[in-house]
Amino acid sequence: MPGYLSIEGVSVSFQRAGVVSDVLRDISLAIEQGEYVSIIGHSGCGKSTLLNVVGGLVAPVSGGVILDRREVVGPGPERAIVFQNHSLLPWLSCYENIRLAVDKVFGRTKSRAERHDWAMHNLQLVQMAHAAGKRPGEISGGMKQRVGIARALAMEPKVLLLDEPFGALDALTRASLQDAVAEIHARVGCTVLMITHDVDEAVFLSDRIVMMTNGPAATIGEILAIGLPRPRIRAAMVEEPRFNQYRLKVLEFLYSRHAARAA
Amino acid sequence: MKEAITLLAAVKSEALPETGPALSAEIVRLPRPRKRPGRHMVVVGRILASIIPPVVVIFLILVFWQIACGDPASLFPGPLSIWEQSRELIVDPFFNRGGVDKGLFWHVSTSLSRVALGFGLAAFTGILLGVWIGANRWALRALDPIFQVLRTVPPLAWLPISLALFREAQPSALFVIFITSIWPVIINTAVGIRNLPQDYLNVGRVLRLSPIEMFFRIMAPAATPYIFTGLRIGIGMSWLAIVASEMLLGGVGIGFFIWDQYNASRISDIVVALIWVGLVGYALDRFVALLGRFASRGTAAS
Repeated sequence: MPGYLSIEGVSVSFQRAGVVSDVLRDISLAIEQGEYVSIIGHSGCGKSTLLNVVGGLVAPVSGGVILDRREVVGPGPERAIVFQNHSLLPWLSCYENIRLAVDKVFGRTKSRAERHDWAMHNLQLVQMAHAAGKRPGEISGGMKQRVGIARALAMEPKVLLLDEPFGALDALTRASLQDAVAEIHARVGCTVLMITHDVDEAVFLSDRIVMMTNGPAATIGEILAIGLPRPRIRAAMVEEPRFNQYRLKVLEFLYSRHAARAA
Repeated sequence: MKEAITLLAAVKSEALPETGPALSAEIVRLPRPRKRPGRHMVVVGRILASIIPPVVVIFLILVFWQIACGDPASLFPGPLSIWEQSRELIVDPFFNRGGVDKGLFWHVSTSLSRVALGFGLAAFTGILLGVWIGANRWALRALDPIFQVLRTVPPLAWLPISLALFREAQPSALFVIFITSIWPVIINTAVGIRNLPQDYLNVGRVLRLSPIEMFFRIMAPAATPYIFTGLRIGIGMSWLAIVASEMLLGGVGIGFFIWDQYNASRISDIVVALIWVGLVGYALDRFVALLGRFASRGTAAS
């Protein structure tokens, strides 16, 4: 049975200077509504490319993506992306960044006052209402990423795409943002597809972890279901034997069976 | 917090009996921190710090200049003789005796109005062309080398062509300004559009912005700092061009004024006019820079 979001036989290859290089080969994955799925793999394995295919920014050579019984053609707000480096527009305030998205998505269906409330609601959801009037240049990296997440949530996406959203943050900020995302996921119940290279992050947040083989022509190596109950408490995870077993499984996949070639 | 205090007290009471009651603390008096100067004092200090050095240097230059050129037989007038000979020009920039016998304010403002028109045209056309060229990979590749060559042609080299085309002084001067100042505007705008971060464009694509929204909401603001860099170079070049072209074309204008005074051998008037040219050029540059800073607030800091 096909999932809510279903990636079907997707292959991607890029052509540069007449040389065709296969990036992804025949990737199929079905994701249920409300599920949190992480894709993990060594750098250069094409996991971001896969996310961009779902996001509609990259067209696959063969295969396709179906979301809620519709084929994905090009990018759209129902597949909101949180980019690796936040990519907030620096000339707009945090509020205006979100408002741009809200106005574009709900311009016809919500009144002006409703759009304002909805933008503020999403800022509150990431605990950034206090910085509504600030420009991205005036807030820290973690805060920018929070606003980036708020902008994506404000589009009320069918699936939220996270492209290594915490990669550029320090360890403490990263932990608090992971907690925030876990809480939002529990509250809003959105479907999430996240790219990461952080094993702990993947185990802590996901319902399933998709492990990618190394590129070129990367494909899905293994899928690991994480049976940890939610909500997951970060401090409790240290003593949770299953957490460590899952970690071990992912680590074993990444470093024993599919070690990165001399990086 | 309370816990910490009781803990500390416990540690103290444990430690005390060992050292006994002989323990006495000596109170060391630290010097009082000096009062920080008030906020307005800091501002005044900063202004003085940026004004005093140039004033001192200017004064020294004037002194040396006077010493070097103070001799009445000197070919070049010293500051004092310039003051004597060109006092009216310095003191009253607004006199108007008809014809070209006017105060420097009138000459400068005529030149400025030409710059405003010529450069305004160049800025408008340059930004439009720059956006188009920046958005077309092939257009940029094909045209960039041509622009890079044309950009280096000096203003005066355009004048004969311009005169042949228009046959009149006024449009020729405008054309020279236009053609010398448009290249940096085109090139910088095109580069700004070319260098748009892909992330910003992706944001626009995810939001399904229409091409017009994409331009006004994303491309134009992102390219604003580049555009203003081009405008700033351009307005500097147009000021160079106007002074040069007026020298040859005649009429009212600061360029012709300089040439006219040369023919009348009034070197001291030329020195006064040069100072005006420099100050106005500087003011134009600061004006565009300020405009740019205002227009691109926050754009540079990402």
